[in-house]
Amino acid sequence: MSIRVGESAEAATFPKAAKKLLQNTQLRRNVRRATDTIRAKRAKVVEEMPDWQALRTAAQQIKKRTLRDLDTYLVEFEKNCTAAGGKVHWARDADEANAIIIGIIQSHNQKEVIKVKTMTSDETQLNKALEAVGISPWETDLADLIIQLGNDKPSHIVVPALHKNKSEIRQIFLDTMGLKELGHTPEDLAGAARNYLRERFLRVKVGFSGANFAIAETGSVCVVESEGNGRMCVTLPDVLITMFGVEKLIPSFDDLEVFLQLLPRSATGERMNPYNSIWTGVTPGDGPKEFHVILLDNGRTKVLADEESRETLHCIRCAACLNACPVYRQTGGHAYGSIYSGPIGAILTPQLQGMEHSTSLPYASSLCGACYEVCPVKINIPEILIHLRRKIVESGGAALTERMGMAVAGYTLADSGRLATVQKLVQIGRQPLDAIGLPGWSAARDLPEIPTQTFREWWKARGAK
Amino acid sequence: MSTAREEILQRVKAAIGTRAPEEPVAREYSQAGTLSEADKLDLFVSRLEDYNAHVYRCAAGEESATIAEALTARGKTKILIPPGFPAARLPAGPTFIRDTGLDYRDIDATEGALTAATAAIAMTGSLILTHSETEGRRALTLIPDYHLCVVYTSQLSETVPEGLRALAARRTSPVTTIAGPSATADIEMTRVKGVHGPRVLDVIVVSDK
Repeated sequence: MSIRVGESAEAATFPKAAKKLLQNTQLRRNVRRATDTIRAKRAKVVEEMPDWQALRTAAQQIKKRTLRDLDTYLVEFEKNCTAAGGKVHWARDADEANAIIIGIIQSHNQKEVIKVKTMTSDETQLNKALEAVGISPWETDLADLIIQLGNDKPSHIVVPALHKNKSEIRQIFLDTMGLKELGHTPEDLAGAARNYLRERFLRVKVGFSGANFAIAETGSVCVVESEGNGRMCVTLPDVLITMFGVEKLIPSFDDLEVFLQLLPRSATGERMNPYNSIWTGVTPGDGPKEFHVILLDNGRTKVLADEESRETLHCIRCAACLNACPVYRQTGGHAYGSIYSGPIGAILTPQLQGMEHSTSLPYASSLCGACYEVCPVKINIPEILIHLRRKIVESGGAALTERMGMAVAGYTLADSGRLATVQKLVQIGRQPLDAIGLPGWSAARDLPEIPTQTFREWWKARGAK
Repeated sequence: MSTAREEILQRVKAAIGTRAPEEPVAREYSQAGTLSEADKLDLFVSRLEDYNAHVYRCAAGEESATIAEALTARGKTKILIPPGFPAARLPAGPTFIRDTGLDYRDIDATEGALTAATAAIAMTGSLILTHSETEGRRALTLIPDYHLCVVYTSQLSETVPEGLRALAARRTSPVTTIAGPSATADIEMTRVKGVHGPRVLDVIVVSDK
């Protein structure tokens, strides 16, 4: 089986990657600035919604219901999409998905495809697979275009080029678009992308998209976007291929009213993103003549099987948890070694790719809970992080020093006499410990101050008064 | 060997295991609006303007004069219209080209498009098109750089749930919701107007109730 989440299986551990990235002050400034902006915008538009918590609860319940009967909803979606003229394919893993897509494009003798931002295609490394058989994928989302032209890797789920500032983006465009001149404002850069892609939108016969939501009741697909590149990709080509993870289903059309309120406010801090496209199969005289859907597993059923962490699959990819995370805000997304970064990446990547590949990710968190607080579908990320840490320890994946330390702590805390003795020893032994430090642990942390009196001593003294 | 479909469905069933009792979805969020007609309209206009759409307001019967005013203000003389856009609402002066299956490149060469809408949402400043005969196929309001949309107060909802439910029977037609001109937040997370969709959006709100 070839389950794949981008290049995460070969990625460096989080501490190793983070250590290197933290030295890049420009990147840290860019990430800090962008996440500060988006957090302030989000807070403002969430604040004005008195029913925000009720929306979150409804979203959580809808997602829970979807997963409870996912098999039924998948079959219902397939039936309705097919009845409307779509063709539904199923892909167990990354290679199977890529092969289906290549097969469709080749059956039309096409050599190019225009793509709207699709996380699942980053999972399967579709672009690499397409290029290997001589098909050119054109990324059309502005940030994805910056990544593609700059030969870079995405660092954020919603804004993959968040780590680049405008002058760096300008330089990438100058180097790769064959422009004689280019202004310095964001408007100039957006205009350059418009000109660069317009001819491709009109020329290329195959479009590729993901989906934010797929509606079982109607067989419809919904793409949420801002620039209009999504509308171009799902409207203008003759053939449209849409791939999404099996968990993207929602039961009914009415459920959209919940998610279309939560997603834009959480993702980009807007009351509504400029464009939502919803379509059902094929419409004669309007848009593609042929429509393919690929339902992708690629590890999702493994996540579903773990009752304690299956709500990871509730995620609607808004990235609010990244922007809120004190760890992400320092390191940026590349440290996570996966297309899914930040808190959601720290729980999603190990579960999809396999724990053995990313044992450091569930530890890339201070468990402060900011991610849970902003999550529009109420995924309890801190609890899942702890659950995954437990799994790592149980499978013998934790460091020997940690396991030994925990064993000693367990022995000590089980008996009050032992605890008192150890506390005395620590008070005496603190100074030499400061000098040596704890290997690994104290490299990035200070040892806490040891009080001169223990709580029990204080309590006793207090009672004597 | 089983097919991918059978295997995935089998995996899903196995993963779900014993199904917990079905829990109801508590839809305790705001569904119906609470504003007066006048306040709802004001909110709609301010939300549209917030996203850089230019708004004209007029009474029923004044559509063609207002269309003329909007087109003159933008210096537009040749405008695409959907096959079913009512001729009675078209002003004299500008040239209107009915879209009867134009090539995408021909659409790209035009100055803009004039369409109706199916519904609108005040809270989010959204226009909803279901691409009927008066709204045109999707390409019409996508490729040109200018979109002039005529919407009626009788089509205006206050909340997102009301707006989406107003689509009723048309929800399996292609649906496009539009909130302001094309934009991006991909450069330093700041909303920049104008990428691939129409960079200029004018809206005529007609009071008909």
